[in-house]
Amino acid sequence: MLSVANYKRAESLEEAWELNQKRTNKIIGGMLWLKMEDIRINTAIDLSGLGLDRIEETDDGFSIGCMTALRDMETHAGFNGYTCGAAREAVRHIVGVQFRNLATVGGSIYGRYGFSDVLTLFSVLDAHAELYKGGLVPIREFAGMRPDNDILVRITVKKDGSVFSYKSVRNTATDIPVLTCAGAYGGGKLTLAVGARPGRAVCFDYETDPGSPAAAERVSADVCEKIVTGSNLRAGAEYRKHLAGVLTKRVCAELAKEAGSK
Amino acid sequence: MNIEITVNGKKLRDEIDADMMLIDYLRSHGCLSVKRGCETSNCGLCTVFLDDKPVLSCSVLAARADGRSVTTLEGLRGEAEEFAGFIADQGAEQCGFCNPGFVMNAIALFREDPSPSEEKIKEYLAGNLCRCSGYEGQLRGIEEYLKWKKQK
Amino acid sequence: MEKAEMKAVNKPIRKKDAMQLLMGAPVYTDDIAPSDCLIVKLLRSPYPNAEIEEINTDIAAKVPGIEAIYTWKDVDQNGKRFTCAGQTYPEASPYDRLILDRHVRFVGDVAAIVAGENEKCVDKALSLIKVKYKKLDPILDFRLAKDAAVLVHPEDNWISMAPVGADNKRNLCAHDECSAGDIDGALAGSDIIIDRVYHTKAVQQAMMETFRTFCTIDTYGRLNVVSSTQIVFHCRRIIANALGIPKSMVRVIKPRIGGGFGAKQTSVSEIYPAFVTWKTKKPSKIIFSRYESMTASSPRHEMELHVRLGAMKDGRIRGIDLYTLSNTGAYGEHGPTTVGLSGHKSIPLYGTAEAFRFISDVVYTNHMSAGAYRGYGATQGLFAVESAVNELASELGMDPAAVREMNITHEGELMPAYYGQMNTSCALDRCLARVKEMSGWDEKYPARDMGNGKVRSVGLGLSMQGSGITSVDVGSAILKLNETGFYTLTIGAADMGTGCDTTLAQVAAEVLECSVDDIAVFGADTDISPYDSGSYASSTMYVTGKAVELCANELRDRIIRLGAELIGLGADECLFDGKRVYSAADESRSAELFEIAAASMCGSSDTLAVTKTHSSDISPPPFMAGVAELETDKETGETRVVNFYAVVDCGTPVNPNLARVQAEGGIMQGIGMALSENVTYRGGRVLESSFMQYKIPSRADIGRIHVEFESSYEKEGPFGAKSIGEVVINTPSPAIADALYNAAGKRFYELPITPEQIAEAFAEREKTGNIRSLKEKL
Repeated sequence: MLSVANYKRAESLEEAWELNQKRTNKIIGGMLWLKMEDIRINTAIDLSGLGLDRIEETDDGFSIGCMTALRDMETHAGFNGYTCGAAREAVRHIVGVQFRNLATVGGSIYGRYGFSDVLTLFSVLDAHAELYKGGLVPIREFAGMRPDNDILVRITVKKDGSVFSYKSVRNTATDIPVLTCAGAYGGGKLTLAVGARPGRAVCFDYETDPGSPAAAERVSADVCEKIVTGSNLRAGAEYRKHLAGVLTKRVCAELAKEAGSK
Repeated sequence: MNIEITVNGKKLRDEIDADMMLIDYLRSHGCLSVKRGCETSNCGLCTVFLDDKPVLSCSVLAARADGRSVTTLEGLRGEAEEFAGFIADQGAEQCGFCNPGFVMNAIALFREDPSPSEEKIKEYLAGNLCRCSGYEGQLRGIEEYLKWKKQK
Repeated sequence: MEKAEMKAVNKPIRKKDAMQLLMGAPVYTDDIAPSDCLIVKLLRSPYPNAEIEEINTDIAAKVPGIEAIYTWKDVDQNGKRFTCAGQTYPEASPYDRLILDRHVRFVGDVAAIVAGENEKCVDKALSLIKVKYKKLDPILDFRLAKDAAVLVHPEDNWISMAPVGADNKRNLCAHDECSAGDIDGALAGSDIIIDRVYHTKAVQQAMMETFRTFCTIDTYGRLNVVSSTQIVFHCRRIIANALGIPKSMVRVIKPRIGGGFGAKQTSVSEIYPAFVTWKTKKPSKIIFSRYESMTASSPRHEMELHVRLGAMKDGRIRGIDLYTLSNTGAYGEHGPTTVGLSGHKSIPLYGTAEAFRFISDVVYTNHMSAGAYRGYGATQGLFAVESAVNELASELGMDPAAVREMNITHEGELMPAYYGQMNTSCALDRCLARVKEMSGWDEKYPARDMGNGKVRSVGLGLSMQGSGITSVDVGSAILKLNETGFYTLTIGAADMGTGCDTTLAQVAAEVLECSVDDIAVFGADTDISPYDSGSYASSTMYVTGKAVELCANELRDRIIRLGAELIGLGADECLFDGKRVYSAADESRSAELFEIAAASMCGSSDTLAVTKTHSSDISPPPFMAGVAELETDKETGETRVVNFYAVVDCGTPVNPNLARVQAEGGIMQGIGMALSENVTYRGGRVLESSFMQYKIPSRADIGRIHVEFESSYEKEGPFGAKSIGEVVINTPSPAIADALYNAAGKRFYELPITPEQIAEAFAEREKTGNIRSLKEKL
């Protein structure tokens, strides 16, 4: 069971950072995962008073505060316009609206969860994690780092003219995914991320036009060959491998369609 | 710690434990419509509005609601009754245990989108589990309510 | 016979408690528990089979706020055992439990009871109890349990109260054999035999309100138990047995219940706070977590069913031979009885069969104890038998609906496998015809490729159940006329959302010619309610409903008698129209109902209150035909029930709205069992232990459910009614399994059928090139 001795709504990032240097203190996000853990927290550090709960759009990109709810990412017109609806598609299956009003983008990214739809999506965006002390770190690099005592302040996304697509397979409509797949295509570059393997999302980069059926086949076969999948309660490794092929092909087709209409 | 929460329009001041969950705080203040159905944030029974947004009160620290406003079904009598009658007319309330969370979230949906499609209804309310009704009667009730609302 | 026009029965009125429930009224167990209740929690065994060598509670007991900690040392290990099954005495389920047993038999079995002032101190104490277990070899595979060297219940004080073939020294909870006709001859003479083994798992009822109970001591020193239960009277016996106290010292009350579906036909939570309150004389309550409700509760019996079904080339079914192996888990609740339905409520669907044989074994294992879940064994049996009939049809190149049309039972026929009873009311043929029509079966069967990577396919299943347990179940009602002429109806049946408070009032209102609003309903309280075996076995409308009808008829006679007396006439000269008693010859001579009520309360020696009890010597089956229409992704294997069509014969639907929602809800649970609700054990531990892992369907998982009624008229039921609650859960599994066969060309013999398995089936078909559609095959 989770126990919390003190609660502190941080008044500045500096205050939050200082508190967070103590091992028994912890920054709380949406708390949906944390709540289920059997841990004792001395001080729960809440960043919700720092105006980090929103998406800000500029001409060049987006700044997504760590406390932005998944639901806001789902409904943000600008971000969905830019991602061709992939942002909404990535999160709309997650449990329910009330859940997504609590779960945060920062929590999802910081947790580096294997099943994370959010991490899968951001892996194909030109995105950086902005750390309070560590500065900007490319999202893929951040995903591979061990969790430390720094603070994930926001995610920045650069607009680079790419098109995007997102697909997932779930055993039931609102379940944790069996496999996720995100794709980006722009400037001749095709990037695919496959998550919920059940391990964390992995990326594949190509210099191919996904519009050619032969290329899509090649890419799909390549992903299938290279991807490492595993088994858990939801599905077996082989099925996941099979799905990786299916979803990459479908993502390629959608990317080609989006690129065509752009 | 000390908190001040506006519950159903009434300001409440309390000394609470830092790890008290909002659901337990609300129930201890007589908002017994708020039910707990799981420990994994999956069922939607405990849905309340936190600053007008539907959230799972089982997953929010009461401390986090400090200085904010919370609405439970107890605070939505008129609006809820109007809608609930249409569910009653289908017999879809059944055991009733999931009803408060369902009614709360349905109201959130109607406030956001006064004429949602079937698909939108299902997606918006997907986090409200019900084991009795098979959802069909709830859907019929919502459709009838929306029809009535439109005519009105 | 059928009333020309009914005013209250067969009307879709609102449930009496509907608005209260929808508006979140505090009417459930935890809402009304006293605030000073001790919090009761249980320390549970981490091992599937172990003996407690040492248990030290000294440190835990010192946690501030802890009131008491109980272990096996507080319970006589040689005392009389009991069962937690809610069944009529003498229970078929063996007496195999102690409140606290030194021998723990599944992961989750109770090792200690802790009571304290609040959750925090109880949780702390739980973590401080030191237990040394002696691990014993567990039996985890139910196929290996019978006559295994390891015994789940080696103890000598194990008792079986009924002749059900139980033997704890063989791990047998029950064994039965029955047959009619020459089954070996029938199979030998058949052109084709479908010989298959089916497997269904221990799925959970997953009612939204978990198990919960609070207890207090009343003015008279008696134990008062308020619990979310379907069976107040059985509960009283179970608690008294468990505590070894007189039944007269126990009172059980049921408030509103947040769903039951059979889960609460077992006394899962009651005995623990009962024990605490009886010992401490302080109020106490227990609220099961969802985790506990998923891991230490009363789910469906896992079964393996071996069907041999013999038929002729023209589709005529000659015989069905069924062997069912049922897993009752660590304790025998409902073990001996559920298994019977797997044969007795599946085989009789096929009236043409000249012979049947049905053999069953129910075994103990070190899994959590199973219990009662809607369908109660029929669900498992019908998945097997209906799947076999579907396979027969495709083997013969016939339409599965046509095979049914040729073989199903009809009204007026004898049903040898249904305890030799007559089929007294049956519209199954009409259900089948109508479901074909409404689903567009002839156009949709077997499958259509949608050209977008998806296949739409259909499948069919039939179902039957019972209406109460023949010559066992008892329903009762007390009806009273009150001041100003309103009535009170007191029952012992449990409305658990099903609406029986309302539907039983509808029956009374029909007889008394009043509005349902004129009848206040109360239930259920063992001190106040008339005896009722409880709300299970699809008994409430058929058995208790009939008691209400008889009761209302007698009260009506008494009202007429008193009214006639008031106007100086004989009862036979008077009529009653619900509002007044009047002279048949001269309508101006009348006594208003309020006058009669007033007269009964002033200088009267006549009671205007009636108690009636009813039991039935038949259990007329309701019937149903269901068609699943699925859309399946050929590559990912994701499938979705886009439409489920169902036509039900429940006799007269007393409240068509509530009957329809019963059907829709049952169908949805059946869909969950077929497609997503999995149960996986690892080392004796259930892995699907939460709603995150155990996936009951959400509303985003289903298209539309279409329910209609084709009603027969059951003369023994109230206004022609039979049951509805259980029959509705049985058709989705076989219908979905066949629809998936029609889509992917593979038969599935185990539930649930996951996207992974479906994708494999498509891939396999692609590989072998066996993509002939069934239509071509025909």
